[in-house]
Amino acid sequence: MHPAIRVVLLTLIGLFFLFPIVWVFLMSFQTNETILRIPPSLVFEPTLQNYTALISGRLETGAGVLELAFMQNLWNSFVLSFCSVALSLLLGVPAAYAFARFKFFGSEDIAFTLLSFRFAPALLVLLPLNLYFQDIGLNDTYIGLIWVYQLITLPLILWIVRGYFEDISPDIENAYRVDGHSWFSTFMKISIPLALPGIAAAALLSFIFAWNNFVFALILASADKQPVTVGALAFVTASGIQYGQIAAAVVLSILPTLALALYAQRYLVEGLSLGAVKG
Amino acid sequence: MATVAEGVRKPPRRSFGESALPYLLSLPALLVCIGILVPFVTAVWYSLQRYNLAMPYLKGFIWFENYKILFTDTVFWHTVWVSLLYTVLTVGIELVLGLTIAMLLQRSSAFNNAMSIALMLPLMIAPAIAALMWKLMTNPNFGIFSYLLSLVGVTDFRWGSSPSSALFTVVLVDVWVYTPFMMVLLLAGLRGLPRQPFEAAELDGVPWTFVFFRITLPMLFPYILTAGLFRMLDAIQQFDIIYAMTQGGPGDTLMVFQVQAYLEFFTYTNVGRSAAILMVLWAITYFLSHQFIKYWLRLRERARGVA
Repeated sequence: MHPAIRVVLLTLIGLFFLFPIVWVFLMSFQTNETILRIPPSLVFEPTLQNYTALISGRLETGAGVLELAFMQNLWNSFVLSFCSVALSLLLGVPAAYAFARFKFFGSEDIAFTLLSFRFAPALLVLLPLNLYFQDIGLNDTYIGLIWVYQLITLPLILWIVRGYFEDISPDIENAYRVDGHSWFSTFMKISIPLALPGIAAAALLSFIFAWNNFVFALILASADKQPVTVGALAFVTASGIQYGQIAAAVVLSILPTLALALYAQRYLVEGLSLGAVKG
Repeated sequence: MATVAEGVRKPPRRSFGESALPYLLSLPALLVCIGILVPFVTAVWYSLQRYNLAMPYLKGFIWFENYKILFTDTVFWHTVWVSLLYTVLTVGIELVLGLTIAMLLQRSSAFNNAMSIALMLPLMIAPAIAALMWKLMTNPNFGIFSYLLSLVGVTDFRWGSSPSSALFTVVLVDVWVYTPFMMVLLLAGLRGLPRQPFEAAELDGVPWTFVFFRITLPMLFPYILTAGLFRMLDAIQQFDIIYAMTQGGPGDTLMVFQVQAYLEFFTYTNVGRSAAILMVLWAITYFLSHQFIKYWLRLRERARGVA
């Protein structure tokens, strides 16, 4: 292919995929007046007022001051994602080890069932839960949501980490065992450190997926437990035409995952394919 | 009882505690998930009941009545049609576009690697938020895309708010978010292919169409299949983008499976019908996920072999 065609194609592709991010980022530093200006212009006086309004939780709208807890949404996203991943690691890493090292009765079926949760329609589980949660007292609690978030984070961690454990030669573990160490100390001192890159990759990716989840909290969380994905949408309805603030809310909700992704880029390929493709 | 996996030398001593070990290790994860199986079983049960939250006194077991009503209802077949159309369009476009980008970036250079990372960013944005971003950019009053269209004389294109362009708009957002997924997997696949066939073809002066259709595509096929099935599983269940963009509207234009089930449940409080719709969707995804895992396992064996 002619190099010039390649450059043109890549420029167009880059524009399509990156322009929306850049444009919304620019919008978040504009007042509503500059946003509504026709024709749109790249020249404007940047303002931080959208961000200060979001951070203080007080939005100046045409109809007066509106109290909005967007920072609470951000905090909820963080709590839900962080705790879900932590719980999944606690549950998933030992299970991943068991599936990697031992063939036991039903092991493949169990592993498959756990993975199939990743692919089942979320509403199938969420709608009955919506009717239950009140009865079992999990309505509007972090614990209830974190438990359901295991549907996202646990299969991912289990299957990626399992692959890493399978790649470690059991001979290394056995050699340490022969020295008289217990199974547990072998697991903690040998197996986990050797699989650590995989565990880190799985944790980062499942954090991103948990953060980006929308439908779980839409159905199970009330306003004060909602993460940014649901909060941002509710915010659009509430703030109406405060477009600069909507853009700022979008930027604040996507920055954490974009930053994590850039930080963890070398693990992304392996994680996205659940460990089937080496990056 | 627990036996040791193939190729693993017997550990020094094995007591009762050790043979119970795999069960002890996987039990907590299992318990958490069994808790999640309970609502699943409940959903199956609901789908066999006449159950409307607004009319609880009518609740009763009616066997497959909900399904019978569904299968004779044009509204349901519309849902099936829109869901399939959405799946075929998004996965098809994403495959072609993803493969094109992957081939453009195939040679590993500093620029290509930086580009492939930059192109991955949309995939890291929550689909619901991505829909919101596109809503901002297609707003009829100030949206940059509406403005750009007006420059070329198109002033009546109403994106998500018109039945004729709503599907186009949500497919566009889906393509924006998920094409990077295809690109990433196919790029890894392309770079992992053995060199010799390509070098031989170059020496023989074989035309590029032949190289592409007879060497690249067949060798890349396992990757295409796995990535395609993975995306199909997500696309047929798409909820976030469509709900955030139009809530299934305008009218019933974008009533895909999960949006329809959501509205049946919350707007019409018809739990039985909502559960039946979701069971049909579940049957489709169950079949697809079996296929996916089969090819996924093969791909992983291959990755092991190369690594």
